[in-house]
Amino acid sequence: MVCLDNLKKTPLFELYKKYNGKIIDFAGWALPVQFESIISEHEAVRNAAGLFDVSHMGEITVKGREAFNFLQNLITNDLSKLKGNQVLYTFMCNYNGGVVDDLLVYKYSDEHFYLVVNAANIEKDYKWMKDNKGVYEVEINNISDEISELAIQGPKAEEILQKLTDTDLSQIKFFCFKDNVKIAGIECLVSRTGYTGEDGFEIYMPNKYAVELWEKIVEVGKEYGLKPAGLGARDTLRFEAGLPLYGNELSEEITPLEAGFEFFVKFDKGNFIGKDALLKQKEEGLKRKIVGFEMIDNGIPRHGYEVRAHNQKIGYVTTGYFSPTLKKNIGLALIDSKYAQLGNQIEIVIRNKPLKALIISKNFYKKNYKK
Amino acid sequence: MEVLEGLYYSKDHEWVKVEGDKAYIGITDYAQHSLGNIVYIELPEVGAELSAGDVLGVVESVKAASDVYTPVDGKVLEVNNAIVDDPSLVNNDPYGSWMALVELKDKSQLDNLMTAEEYKKFLDEE
Repeated sequence: MVCLDNLKKTPLFELYKKYNGKIIDFAGWALPVQFESIISEHEAVRNAAGLFDVSHMGEITVKGREAFNFLQNLITNDLSKLKGNQVLYTFMCNYNGGVVDDLLVYKYSDEHFYLVVNAANIEKDYKWMKDNKGVYEVEINNISDEISELAIQGPKAEEILQKLTDTDLSQIKFFCFKDNVKIAGIECLVSRTGYTGEDGFEIYMPNKYAVELWEKIVEVGKEYGLKPAGLGARDTLRFEAGLPLYGNELSEEITPLEAGFEFFVKFDKGNFIGKDALLKQKEEGLKRKIVGFEMIDNGIPRHGYEVRAHNQKIGYVTTGYFSPTLKKNIGLALIDSKYAQLGNQIEIVIRNKPLKALIISKNFYKKNYKK
Repeated sequence: MEVLEGLYYSKDHEWVKVEGDKAYIGITDYAQHSLGNIVYIELPEVGAELSAGDVLGVVESVKAASDVYTPVDGKVLEVNNAIVDDPSLVNNDPYGSWMALVELKDKSQLDNLMTAEEYKKFLDEE
């Protein structure tokens, strides 16, 4: 049994029991890894809808006259392309080009942004932002403890949520948001974003409304096949869709370029923290990078397993699973670039046995976004 | 959690069903429930001589890999390849889905295991 006493809990904690949630310690939080089963929840999200409690995620507001300039210097993506009510996925790097965190930036105006960061990194990110505030005229506030977040994901997500609101959700486009949307009478911030490779919404609200909104969505969603879903399915879903997990594919020691996400690093936007290191790495060429692979021999790759070629260690597995959608044993691995070509054969060491695997595209599952 | 009468149980949540000098070994309902969806199973070689505490096989759920230990000494006579082909059988019918049939070396080792009654109590305390 997990000792829950010293773990942080979301406002929905007491509700997990009612839905048979199996609780684990995730980065110091008591969260459900599954309710019914990882595979049935995974399939519900791919085919109908799933509801996730992601209240552990952090929210940080940046306001002030120089909010835009401060953030443009802090993040790798280009904020100047972002309009009001749009959301940007980006990295925040250290001076070596390693990733401090990956995050979403919601733009209200050039003087007001809302950042959503990983639970395990809230304190670190907040400190990093304050340490790099310099002379920028901005006010940075960590409001994580006040805000709950639910994610409804899957092809039926819009239809279900629409039943609970007069706001026309089809008007909220992919990676856009709307604030003060009344859902079941509760004022929420709603964005068409997610972490599953499916269409869906992320919904933010003050803590005291989280239980009520969860119950309403479950009730309305039932006839559409919506299921409460846990962290287990969240991880298999994001993995199949090629979305990175901080701590696996991203870290202070892994750059966005090595992780294969140069698209979110805009070298032509002006200066930003980590730019010099990243530019140097790009010019010199990557010594290692993250690749996708499929097992040829029978075995499930797992995070941390060694990768070999020609009897030498060439890297390690960052995430691996038996894919519930593809019914194959697949993984992501950070390996020496020399061996990273598609179609190359590598070996994954599973219980001391080197087993054959083939390098394939990382886009295991074709994302099903509604754009 | 279902606990079948007439079987022996280990603290690691394996069951042993004795038939004469042979025994079927599998994992309990509690074990399959704790693991969640089982998606991969590795079984021992037929003919392998195992001592109590040795790894009998590996059961992997979506999240993690777990070793299964034999609670008794024995020579592996047969393995159940049906569960290798469809690991979810263990979730659906843990007591029907044996992993290996072994020839018992020392039946007195069964005294170290729990009866159904004792195992039920053990689960209550888990």
